[in-house]
Amino acid sequence: MQIEMRHVNKAFDGFHASRDVSFGVESGRLAALLGPSGSGKTTILRMIAGLDSPDSGDILIKGERVNNLPGSKRGIGLVFQNYALFRYMTVADNIAFGLKVQKKGKHEIKARVEELLELISMKELGRRYPYQLSGGQRQRVAFARALAPNPQLLLLDEPFAAIDAKIRRELRRWLKEKIEMVGITSIFVTHDQEEAMEVADMVIVMNEGAVEQIGTPENICRNPRTGFVKDFIDVERFEALRLIGKKRYKENS
Amino acid sequence: MPRDAERTYEQDVSGDGLQSLQKVIDPHRDEGSLGVKCALIGISVLFLGIMLVLPLAVVAVNALREGWEAYKENILDEYTIKAFRLTLTAMFFAVAVNTVFGVAAAYLLSKFYFRGREVIAALIDIPFSISPVIAGLVFILTYGNMGWMGGFLKSHGIKIVFAVPGVILATIFVTFPFVFRELFPVMNVQGREEEEAAALMGAGGLTIFRRITFPHIKWALLYGIILCGARAMGEFGAVSVISGHLRGKTNTLPLHVEILYNEFNTAAAFAASSVLVVMAVIILIIRNLVEMKKGRKAGGR
Repeated sequence: MQIEMRHVNKAFDGFHASRDVSFGVESGRLAALLGPSGSGKTTILRMIAGLDSPDSGDILIKGERVNNLPGSKRGIGLVFQNYALFRYMTVADNIAFGLKVQKKGKHEIKARVEELLELISMKELGRRYPYQLSGGQRQRVAFARALAPNPQLLLLDEPFAAIDAKIRRELRRWLKEKIEMVGITSIFVTHDQEEAMEVADMVIVMNEGAVEQIGTPENICRNPRTGFVKDFIDVERFEALRLIGKKRYKENS
Repeated sequence: MPRDAERTYEQDVSGDGLQSLQKVIDPHRDEGSLGVKCALIGISVLFLGIMLVLPLAVVAVNALREGWEAYKENILDEYTIKAFRLTLTAMFFAVAVNTVFGVAAAYLLSKFYFRGREVIAALIDIPFSISPVIAGLVFILTYGNMGWMGGFLKSHGIKIVFAVPGVILATIFVTFPFVFRELFPVMNVQGREEEEAAALMGAGGLTIFRRITFPHIKWALLYGIILCGARAMGEFGAVSVISGHLRGKTNTLPLHVEILYNEFNTAAAFAASSVLVVMAVIILIIRNLVEMKKGRKAGGR
């Protein structure tokens, strides 16, 4: 297991944000934390990143307990919901920031930034500032910035929520492709079942701070284990999507 | 920051923003009624004339009433120069202390959430609502010979009331909230995410402040410092109570002006005033330059 949560609990001022959360994500997988807003998805992400600490339970990365390790030592890249790009730095400086903090050599930093700009197809835009970019471009920069220090785990908080509906699908496909290309274990938070089903290899359905069901998208749709999962995941819609996909596939081939 | 932005996605979607909106709201704006405009300009100019230009002209005329030579003599008077120096000293300490405190307080109250946050924010505003005279009295009652701390201070040979430290303390007290008030909303809007992102990449507190927080607050900070300095320069009430009016020792420039005036030394009083006016004008110019820069930055985003 690359990352594992064991019986994690967390409360804020009496609000129970996580209830006995346990799950594991294997190396190289792309997992989705899926649930309605207020179901505790982001809290879990923040605890893995070390921005919040659990009241009880363990967080393990590669079998090692990291509860007391500061987030910066956990080898994690995080893409914030609103990207949190450094607004007074250029795109290139944003991507280079983590490497500069690690005191990497100048040439090494430059090469890595070039490489990442190429990965996100923004080679010409390295000298722009975040406010000069479109929403989709900003997301790609945030993605590159998180990847720059070569983390072992990538976390994404609602990566598509701030993106125009028109280009969301396109960007979804793009992100999945890039994550698979880099081969990094990733967890993303979403409230959109279609997004979870289309992008993730593994879905963790959450409700009111607790894990409802864990499985592959197909698995969850075929055998929703609780009433909540059945209600929340529109099985028919998913099947319809799948059928359309198959038909298109046939037509194309 | 370069401003050669090509059109961003948002601009493409929402058109020209304000300008096109303006056309929708008020298509006849350019042909607007000339009468109202002229009347408003007239009232404004008249008001400014009565309230500002006329008094300032009086200062200039009276200061120069006995000619340039007398004016020069009045300004270069030993006590006037000493008062000028004390005013600068008080300004310096007030700005230094309140800048450090203001940044720290704004950082604490905008980036951390804890019980009693609002209470602290309200306490910081006290000098805005308390009469400066009362502030001066409070300091006398606390640090004077008969005050709570009086015995302790006396036994250690520290003199605060009727001495320079008292003048500085009173000035700091009165100008306490300025830097904080300018910074707090700006830092609040910035939020914590950029700092969290930097921390997660392993950046230390100092790096985060220097690279992430400071670039965001620098214009507001400078503006707060200017307001703080301007207020410190002109402070009269609190300083008047605590200074004891010792000529050449604890007299600041505003106090010196009052003393000269009470001695019917009108020309000297107005000469000293003119120094304050010149300082105020300099601060005003700097302030406007900063505000222009600040505004341009905000427009660029």
